[in-house]
Amino acid sequence: MSLHIRNGRVVETTGANDRVIDVYLQNGKIVGLGSAPNGFRADQVIDADGRLILPGLIDIQARLRDPGEPEKANIASETEAAIKNGITSLCIPPDTQPPIDNSATVELIHHRNEMFGHQARVYPIGALTRGLGGEQLSNMGSLRANGCIAFSNARHPLASNLVQRRAMDYAAGQESLVIIQPMDQDLMGNGCAHEGAIATRLGLPSIPVVAETAALAKDIELVAQTGARTHFGQLSCARSVDMIRQAKAKGLPVTADCAIHQLFLSDHDIGHFNSNMLTIPPLRSQHDRDALRAGLADGTIDCLCSDHQPHEVDAKLKPFPSAEPGISGLDTLLALALRLVDEGVLPIGELIARLTSNPATILGLPGGKIGVGEVADLIIVDLETHWICEPARFISKGKNSPFGGWDFNGSVTHTLIDGKVVYQA
Amino acid sequence: MQDNNIQLDDNGKLRHFLSIEGLDQTILTEILDTAESFTSVTERTVKKVPILRGKTVANLFFEASTRTRSTFELAEQRLSADILSLNVDTSATVKGESLLDTLQNLEAMQIDMFVIRHQDSGSAHFFAQHVRPGVSVLNAGDGQHEHPTQAMLDMYTIRHYKKDFSGLRVAIVGDILHSRVARSQIHALNLLNTAEVRVIAPRTLLPVAVESLGVTVYDDLERGLADVDVVIMLRLQKERMRGALLPSEKEYFRQYGLSQERLERAKPDAIVMHPGPANRGVEIESSVMDGKQSVILQQVSFGISVRMAVMSMIVGSSARPSGGEE
Repeated sequence: MSLHIRNGRVVETTGANDRVIDVYLQNGKIVGLGSAPNGFRADQVIDADGRLILPGLIDIQARLRDPGEPEKANIASETEAAIKNGITSLCIPPDTQPPIDNSATVELIHHRNEMFGHQARVYPIGALTRGLGGEQLSNMGSLRANGCIAFSNARHPLASNLVQRRAMDYAAGQESLVIIQPMDQDLMGNGCAHEGAIATRLGLPSIPVVAETAALAKDIELVAQTGARTHFGQLSCARSVDMIRQAKAKGLPVTADCAIHQLFLSDHDIGHFNSNMLTIPPLRSQHDRDALRAGLADGTIDCLCSDHQPHEVDAKLKPFPSAEPGISGLDTLLALALRLVDEGVLPIGELIARLTSNPATILGLPGGKIGVGEVADLIIVDLETHWICEPARFISKGKNSPFGGWDFNGSVTHTLIDGKVVYQA
Repeated sequence: MQDNNIQLDDNGKLRHFLSIEGLDQTILTEILDTAESFTSVTERTVKKVPILRGKTVANLFFEASTRTRSTFELAEQRLSADILSLNVDTSATVKGESLLDTLQNLEAMQIDMFVIRHQDSGSAHFFAQHVRPGVSVLNAGDGQHEHPTQAMLDMYTIRHYKKDFSGLRVAIVGDILHSRVARSQIHALNLLNTAEVRVIAPRTLLPVAVESLGVTVYDDLERGLADVDVVIMLRLQKERMRGALLPSEKEYFRQYGLSQERLERAKPDAIVMHPGPANRGVEIESSVMDGKQSVILQQVSFGISVRMAVMSMIVGSSARPSGGEE
């Protein structure tokens, strides 16, 4: 199988090159850029017509709710949403039901993706502890052998600092990446909104900044102690960005991401108890949002993710504190990301890196780059398309989005995985 | 914030009564004036007017309450409403029925107005967003957010004794953090142009950025009480001793309890209020509670006319008590 994409605009992540060229694919790989290799014969030709060719997006945190919560979503529905929105790889956290703490669950996920999926690559993240219970280490070695790309306890607490230290020591010995969403459960309490003037006015139980930063400070110290390569997920606070920046300056093996909604929303958007604005970590202040944007621009924040959490309607049809947290994010990840370029937060080349090559490097995944010899996971994006976000029309089963009515530019016209067209608009 | 305007109809009249925030001085004053006209009704031998005749009001209490619920029921009876009172914590939701299903099942019984207390902040807005057009929601306390009828009866009490708000200093003392009453009072006092609103509490019982609500903060009770015209004491819930919010009731009383001696810091004609139920010897000394500056029991009786006023304004009836049946 060979494919010739004509006249595509390819931007190098360094920004060094931004040019319209032809891309040649064969047997799932990129085999030529600009000129075809000797003897190349295309089975199929796509005219990109000056549209943008990007590596397929790699979403470092997306819940597909499978196995365990079919009322919210499943692998079929969510991988379809992914490929139609330019996401070719999905990393799924271990808090499925049952959790990803045994090889059978890993195999089940792979099997379901093969049977019902839409060719997106699905990468399970293994549980750091058995049953996510926080006490006993999981079988990290065998989980890794079965395809877990990293280990995390998702948002489930660890029983003690000692368990955390040992889990990180053990993972470091296995050369496995540890993923942590820093949050001190005691300081978080039953909070559901950022501690600040808005939560005070609305009388909402609040989550202080220190719930994240106290945990993050301890986590960074444990990285220094254990040497475990650690990725911090879905950071929400300005101070967290500073702490990551300092840890990197000291040479610690840390990386970080933030959820894309944190770059566009703040606690002000809760309005009068809009439960679609309920997220964990909470939407923070505008100051935090601006610091996250700055951290993304200077590279302190390595990746952007959807933090996709699809819900059934009833999960949000409750008073704010009783609703379930999270945003259905696959359908808006690329559109929101492109908006960062329009708003001058960072150049397009660097934005692409945050969504493709950076997560690929951190997680050791194929794809994420456009170069000869790279795997041919590519998307073609028409930046001229203008659309208005209507959550009811999301492809994801979860329609819970706070971005209804937002104006977006840019939509995916083609998605290729392993050199094959899996979606065409 | 535009969705807060679900409280008001297109003509700026009350459709629901959810929070003091989002209302304006005109409406608050209208509530107080209307309540004043109802006070005479509550003093008659036949204490009924037909304003809610033929209407059905459901009192839905997801949280226990004695005085709020009973004053609402009395207010409804005096307006001639048919009444359905439910303690929901002991009924349907325990069986797994969702909040909305409970609400919609009651709506199917042709309820015209819901009086709702629920433990979640924002629940009143939630219900108001989901009732059928023409059905009204009255917030009888939502989580730690607001308790607007309580605040209005407090405003009524203050106006009754002090006439005008513009020269007043008002101190609210105690657990501001968990108090929906305090939030509603602060909004109401500011909308009515009170000269100064103070909050006095230990740091553990103050929400962050509380100044943004338009108050000055005092850590020290005696300094905070200096020259105030009105002292509002808040109930201290016993469970606050757990979770390290406070050391002990004894320590709290020593630091923040209102004694006769401390009350002397306030103006000589200062009034003492408490939304109830009070803990004698914890936030307030018995001699102050029963003393001549205390207006705590008057608050309770004013509560009936204020709730009658709010309900009659929601029904949109221009009928005043003069049209009553005697």
